[in-house]
Amino acid sequence: MRKLLLIPLTLFIGLVVFLAVGLQRDPHQIPSPLIGKPAPAFDLPTLVEGQRFSPESYKGQVWLLNVWATWCVSCREEHPVLVAFSKANAVPVVGLGYKEVQSQEPEYALPDDQKLAFARAREQRYLTRNGNPYQVSVLDMDGRVGIEYGVYGVPETYLIDKQGVIRYKHVGPVTTAILNEVILPQVRQWGGA
Amino acid sequence: MMRANASWRVAVLAALWVGALWGMTGARAESAQPLAENPVVERRLVAIAEDLRCLVCQNESLASSRADLANDLRREVRGLIVQGKTDTEIKDYLVARYGDFVLYRPPVKGSTVLLWFGPFALLGLAVVVLVWVLRQRARATPAQAPGLSEGQRQRLDQLLKD
Amino acid sequence: MVAELGHLALIVAAVLAALLAVVSGWGVWRRQWTWMAMARPFTALMWVSLAVSFACLAYAFLTNDFSVQYVAQHSNTLLPKPYQFAAIWGGHEGSLLLWIFLLATWMLAVAVFSRSLPQIMVSRVLVTLGWVSLGFLMFILITSSPFERLMPAPNEGRDLNPLLQDPGLVIHPPMLYMGYVGTAVAFAFALAALLAGRLDAAWARWSRPWTVSAWAFLTLGIGLGSWWAYYELGWGGWWFWDPVENASLQPWLVLTALIHSLSVTEKRGGFKAWTVLLAIAGFSLSLLGTFLVRSGVLTSVHAFASDPTRGVFILMFLAIVVGVSLTIFALKAPQVMTGSPFALVSRESMLLANSVFQVVATLVVMLGTLYPLVMDALNLGKLSVGPPYFNLVFVPMMVPVLFLLVPGVVARWREANVPELARELWPLALVSLAVGLALPAFMGAWAWTAALGFTLGAWVGLSSLLHMVQRLRKPGRISGSFWGQHLAHFGLAVVVVGITGVQHYQVERDVRMGIGDTVEIAPYTFRLAGVSKVPGPNYEAVEGRFEVIKNGRVTEVLRTQKRKYFSSAMPMTEAGIDSNFWRDLYVSMGDPLPGNTAQWAMRVYYKPFVPWLWMGALIMTLAGALAALDRRYRRESNRVAPQAAATAQA
Repeated sequence: MRKLLLIPLTLFIGLVVFLAVGLQRDPHQIPSPLIGKPAPAFDLPTLVEGQRFSPESYKGQVWLLNVWATWCVSCREEHPVLVAFSKANAVPVVGLGYKEVQSQEPEYALPDDQKLAFARAREQRYLTRNGNPYQVSVLDMDGRVGIEYGVYGVPETYLIDKQGVIRYKHVGPVTTAILNEVILPQVRQWGGA
Repeated sequence: MMRANASWRVAVLAALWVGALWGMTGARAESAQPLAENPVVERRLVAIAEDLRCLVCQNESLASSRADLANDLRREVRGLIVQGKTDTEIKDYLVARYGDFVLYRPPVKGSTVLLWFGPFALLGLAVVVLVWVLRQRARATPAQAPGLSEGQRQRLDQLLKD
Repeated sequence: MVAELGHLALIVAAVLAALLAVVSGWGVWRRQWTWMAMARPFTALMWVSLAVSFACLAYAFLTNDFSVQYVAQHSNTLLPKPYQFAAIWGGHEGSLLLWIFLLATWMLAVAVFSRSLPQIMVSRVLVTLGWVSLGFLMFILITSSPFERLMPAPNEGRDLNPLLQDPGLVIHPPMLYMGYVGTAVAFAFALAALLAGRLDAAWARWSRPWTVSAWAFLTLGIGLGSWWAYYELGWGGWWFWDPVENASLQPWLVLTALIHSLSVTEKRGGFKAWTVLLAIAGFSLSLLGTFLVRSGVLTSVHAFASDPTRGVFILMFLAIVVGVSLTIFALKAPQVMTGSPFALVSRESMLLANSVFQVVATLVVMLGTLYPLVMDALNLGKLSVGPPYFNLVFVPMMVPVLFLLVPGVVARWREANVPELARELWPLALVSLAVGLALPAFMGAWAWTAALGFTLGAWVGLSSLLHMVQRLRKPGRISGSFWGQHLAHFGLAVVVVGITGVQHYQVERDVRMGIGDTVEIAPYTFRLAGVSKVPGPNYEAVEGRFEVIKNGRVTEVLRTQKRKYFSSAMPMTEAGIDSNFWRDLYVSMGDPLPGNTAQWAMRVYYKPFVPWLWMGALIMTLAGALAALDRRYRRESNRVAPQAAATAQA
């Protein structure tokens, strides 16, 4: 009979252990199911008129895909970090401009070609003013490509290997520490510069 | 004759005036159209979206969230419904991109066996333990109450019923 | 100045809590009358300092003192005065101050209303609560003081979240917290009994009014929260199985189980260990809820801004309080475990069964709420457990409870006469079944879950009604306890019918409407009569005015607004609701639509039986109040006390 009385205490201790571990986790961080899977294909316009880009063309290299937008505050934080990184390393970074024109802006009602031109101009201005870390910059105007990649909050950064397989995803702004300690080693691991 | 003409003219003018007003205000009360393009699709969207999580919200379903990403995801789901995909296919589509986290109804797999069968196992266990404990207690019951008179027995009956 | 005074008052309160815990605690341990008896004065003084502290924070809010960081974060000069006051509990720090102030209030109530209890018992209870208070006050002082200064002071505060600017905010958290904090009193009584090594009918009689009061407040708090979400969020939902909602449901279920278990302990001296365990569990769940809301461990719309340090502190507090109590339980429970035996089928066994089922329901809710956390902790990935899961598993848990409720009320103590029970109850069973099967057909679409819900609702509701009616026919005073029992069961039945009705038979129309357009949900027609701009104290609104037409006549006018608060980018919807006994008509204003004619997206709902949800909750609260105020508890305690006092000295 006496041992039965210890059950509540034992169960409670177990609970506390789980809660303690839980405290160290971030419930907002969602792991990506795309790790280890081929990067979804897309064909999007770039900042240069008439030019388009597809991840196919980067097969054979290890590269980073950075999802960002000029309206995103955290992206502004990571931008100088990315600029510095792109200067110091040979890893190509592709920028994916995610829904550059937002639904609450008046420009949202423009026809597609004008909207695209507007987005191009705005991103171009931003990159000229703040530095351009991207080898190529593509525009995902309606966010569909973002959904393919499981984007749920900008900025997000993907590491894609020579076979075009996603190997790592970082959600939130990258810092110098994360780039040097986490991402660069992985780049090397997958055969990059 | 003049008066008849005048009243006729007034009547025509009045009719025109009323007609103009009517036309301006669009006052013909209409039965409101459903907001959605296709209400059947919309109904299915709501049913599916209630089982899905808005990923950028603090615990809200895809059906009720007003967030931008939620609008986009609803648009995707609507597109998939129109393409004729089944509910399972649509959910798989989202899980492939966002993981199990996007489902409010957790999938039944190895790691969730405890979650889905736990409640019923617990209920069953509770019944078993309950019956066992009660049987133990019942065994300790004295077979007869010590001798009571009929009047006392009746009072006992009444007390036990209160 | 005032903020510093408030902070000082908190420190004084902490010192008094420490004195209560240590000095009076020592007095209890060593049976030293003087130190023991100081428990009451310490409690009273602690209450006074906390009242001063609370008043200081209120003053800071009402005078728009934005040099106090907490005020700057949660208030605004344009905020109407009642909300400026209610903003005290709009954030983490202030709500904790409310928590501890209410705890002190309960403690004061125990100190004042326990004249007839033996001194050592009262002291044990107050000392236990003193330790709990001390923990909370340390937490507040170290990590979460609402009196931090913000220099330089801004000219304007950030404003209270528009969602919270509502009468519901003024009353829901205080009522809910009264309930949460009340579980501590039941807990303290249980620990006091364990430490005394004795648990008798007298003890059960003393702790019952406190437990029932806590339960009543919790019922009211949860009901208010549900109602508030319903009319405030604009889409008519009333329960989302959000972790914080679950955190309030769990102690409620356990308190319900505790009340029933206590009645057996009081009348038959049985279930003592179980009763004590439930009392400990009730408060533990209350603390667990505090942890979940404030530590950032789970995602919730209710969560306060999280801080890992706070989470660690609360977890340690939780671990110590509950760990120590459960250890005391394991060591001392055998001493108190005595009880008269009873048969497999008897009132005792039915009460125990329902008590157990309620605990199972609690565990099931806990399983669903904590599972994502457990999975993450084990590195098994991130999972979401939401309403589809809870709705599916919770209902089966409650079915046996509702079923057993009726025979449980009439069964004999010690050994039930099953044939007699069957004979008494079969007419009621038949009527309930008839109602349950017919009502869905009458309402529109037949669904077996609706039939089940209505049957059980009728089963419990009619039975309680019959008991009350039959008793009213007999002469003599009816005790508060009697009303409490049957009204509470009746209230529960009303809630069950309400939930069944609205879940199955709600009609929603999502439409585009111009002025003069109509939507029909038989037998009502909703006509958009006009849309206008309406200014508010700290917002600007667009208001839609609806005419509700029934049988060709306009019966109601509903107004719904979409508000743009000056301080927030998020627009808020205020729904227009018309309630009568049987149903709610609910309209929700949407965005203007592009196009040539002026049109707006509107949502129109017909919600049958939804008012029964709130009515049921109110009935249950009233029942709890009547039961707690039962004069028998106050009178009989007087009789028993001298004997208990004599033995307590031993």
